[in-house]
This record gives sequence, structure tokens and C-alpha cells, in this order.
Amino acid sequence: MNYNWNWGIFWEQSPEGTGTYLDMLLSGLRWTIVTAIVSWLLALMLGSIVGVLRTLPSALAQRLSAAYVEIFRNIPLLVQMFLWFFVLPELVPSGLGLWLKQLPNAPFYTAVVCLGFYTSARVAEQVRAGINALARGQKMAGMALGLTTLQTYRYVLLPMAYRIILPPLTSEFLNNTKNTSVALTIGLLELTARARAMQEFSFQVFEAFTAATLLYLLINLVVVAGMRALERKVAVPGYIAGR
Amino acid sequence: MFADFDFDVIWRSLPYLFYEGMRFTLTLTFLATAGGVVLGTLIAMMRLSGLPVLPVIAASYTNFMRSLPLVLVIFWFYFLVPYIGQWATGASRPIQVGAFASSLITFTLFEAAYFSEIMRAGIQSIPRGQPAAGYALGLTYWQVMGSVVLPQAFRNMTPVLLTQTIILFQDTSLVYVLSITDFLGAASKIAQRDGRLVEMYLFAALVYFVISFAASSLVKRLQMRIAIIR
Repeated sequence: MNYNWNWGIFWEQSPEGTGTYLDMLLSGLRWTIVTAIVSWLLALMLGSIVGVLRTLPSALAQRLSAAYVEIFRNIPLLVQMFLWFFVLPELVPSGLGLWLKQLPNAPFYTAVVCLGFYTSARVAEQVRAGINALARGQKMAGMALGLTTLQTYRYVLLPMAYRIILPPLTSEFLNNTKNTSVALTIGLLELTARARAMQEFSFQVFEAFTAATLLYLLINLVVVAGMRALERKVAVPGYIAGR
Repeated sequence: MFADFDFDVIWRSLPYLFYEGMRFTLTLTFLATAGGVVLGTLIAMMRLSGLPVLPVIAASYTNFMRSLPLVLVIFWFYFLVPYIGQWATGASRPIQVGAFASSLITFTLFEAAYFSEIMRAGIQSIPRGQPAAGYALGLTYWQVMGSVVLPQAFRNMTPVLLTQTIILFQDTSLVYVLSITDFLGAASKIAQRDGRLVEMYLFAALVYFVISFAASSLVKRLQMRIAIIR
């Protein structure tokens, strides 16, 4: 391979004048992490609501939540990103649309909302699976104690369901983190976008992508280790995962 | 809201969208699925082989690919494949690789990691007695795999493999980052040329939704039919 390796490139100044190439990648890493966490919180909230709706006896709630899940699962993430970024501001009243377009950090807010909704459909399916995995007697016991439906979910079903679905939620969180890279198409300066910019400025393709790859692997390792610890802490005694 | 919605721009660009764009998307989806399933099955067999080093290599490959975002992998291969081609053919400079070949290689290698996990589950779902019976009949490893284990594993995993194919179909839209004219790329080019972002992106979303939703409904029905047999 006649490629000029130059690993010292990370300590050279980037043409943006804000520091070295390494600083550039690390600022990308920060955006990736912030976007991933904020959108995850949104996804967890929306996904829990929709997942609970799918398990309610009301036929209307079931149908609406099923439609929600199908819509967000059957449209590619990139297309959803474009819909939120390019199409939504045109469809709302023009004053609001203008405000949306002029928002500082618009790519960040768009990415958070888009990923939040996209991932929430997947979280909803996990939450539903978790609730359905519980024995029927749990819900009945809650009702028999005189709890309202809301209280039954809050104090009986959900605390158990979340502990059961923690492993699949970990992989959804990792998917969500990886999906933040799609937001580079709407101009979010996250890790992949920064690696790409570094490649364009310095022509050191493989150094830039190697660094980005290592940072993504690092995120994975940290998250997996953290979640395993959390899983051990909250494992339900009596289940296979518990002691 | 939809007062100045221009349906005509969609109608006019239909041949371009489907003949240029969708053909690329579907060809890429099917070839990458075929390649990914074959490669993924080989990786799964390596991982379950019990030989010295192979399982570690297979597991590392799968875990490595699965922890990277597809967009980054697309960029990696876009720049790496010309150099690999140069090394493989012994040419004096990096060889030219077309957009289609580059994305096909990317998606095959990337999805192979996901398909290998599915096939691993499929192979592990076969009772131990089945390969044991094969070996007792004097079949070799490849005969046991080819005639006993894999046909059943494929059959058990067909719905999951098809679901992964639908995900792959949606993921192919990410070749947009290389400015390739897949279905979304075609829609986006028209959208920018005519200033009709709203119409084109909504139409693209609708087409993706209809195809993915219809396909996943079919998979659900197939799953029910297979479930009856057991």
C-alpha cells in the first residue's frame, strides 16, 4: 500500500483554528454522547408511554400505539431525519416554521427529536414485551389491592418490566448511539462528521477513521460494562439473571 | 398547509425514481442479503466450530462490526476498497471502484455480522442428536452441515432472516452519504433541483413505509404458518 501514514496528524492544528485535529474529534465525541443521551431520555419516556398503551385493554389505545410503532419502524431513519429537518418547518404555520429554521443548533434539536421518536418505537416494543412477560397474577394482585390502573403500572408492573428488559434496552441504547451518526446528513458535527472533516482537511483518511472507530469501540465498552453492573444490581431474585 | 402541494413533480419523476433509484436500492438489498447470508453462515460455523483460533476471530469480527455505526463503515470501505484492490491485483496505484461495487462490499461485510448472529442462533436451535446422528452415519462435517443442520437452521430462522432483510432495505438509504442515486438519492436530487423538498421526501417516506410494512406483514404471516408445523 503506497499510503502515507502520519500518526502525528492528531497533534497538528486543524484549519478551523480551534485547536488540533484531536480536539476536533473529541468535540465530535462530545456531540455524539450528548445527542445520544438526550435522545435516549426522550425515547425512554415516549417508548414507555406507547409500550404501556399497547398493553392496556382499550382497543383504541392498542390500535393507536400499534400504528405509532409501525410508522416509526417502517421508514428509514435517514428519511425521518429529512422529514423533521426539511419538511416539518414547511408544514407548520409559517411563523413557527421560520422560527424552527432559524433556531441555533437546529441540527442538534432535530437529531434529538428524530432519534427520540425513532428509538421510542423500539423501546415501546421492549416495554410491551417486558409487561407481557410478567405473570397475569401480578396485574390481578395489583387490582385486588384496590390500586387504580395507573398505580398498578407504576408500583407493580413497570418496576418489574424494566428490570427484565434491561439487557435488550442496553442494545437499543447502543443502537441509538450509533444512529447519531446519521445526523451528519443534516449537519450535526458529531464524531463521524468530524472524522470525515478531518479526512477532507488533511487527506489522512485512515488515521481519522481509525481514531473514530476506536472512540466508538470505547463508548461501547463503557456502556456495556456500566449496564452489566446495573443489571447485576437490579436483577430480580428468583429469575435466571438473579441470584 | 398542503395548498401548494405539487403532485405533478412526483408524477413526472416517477420513471427516474423507480427505474434509476429503486432498481439500485433493490439490487443492492438482494445481492447484499445473499452475500451477507452466505458469509454470515460461514462466520457462524467458524464461531461454533470448536477449532483453536477460528471462534475468536469470528466473534471479534461480529462484535467489532456490530459496535460501529453503518455510516462510518460506509466511509471506511469507500476509501479502503481501492487500496485493497490495489494490493490484491498488484496494481501500481489504488484502483477505481464504482459506487455500486463499493456499497455492495460494504453492506455484504457489515450485514454478515448481523446475519451470522441469526444463523448462530439457528444452528444452536438444532438438537444435539441431529448432527450426532449424521456423524454416526459416517457423514463428514460438511455433509452434516449441508444436509442435516443448515437446512433446518435456515428453515427455523427464515422469518428472522427476512426481517433483517427489511432492515437492510431501509439501511441502504444511507448510501446517500456517498451521493449515490439510490431511491432516496434520486428523490433528493429531484427535490433539490426543483425546490420540492416537501413533496419528494414525503413521497419517499410513503414508498419506504408501504414496502417495509407490506413485507413485514408478509413475514408475520409466514411466521404463523411455520409456527403451526412445530
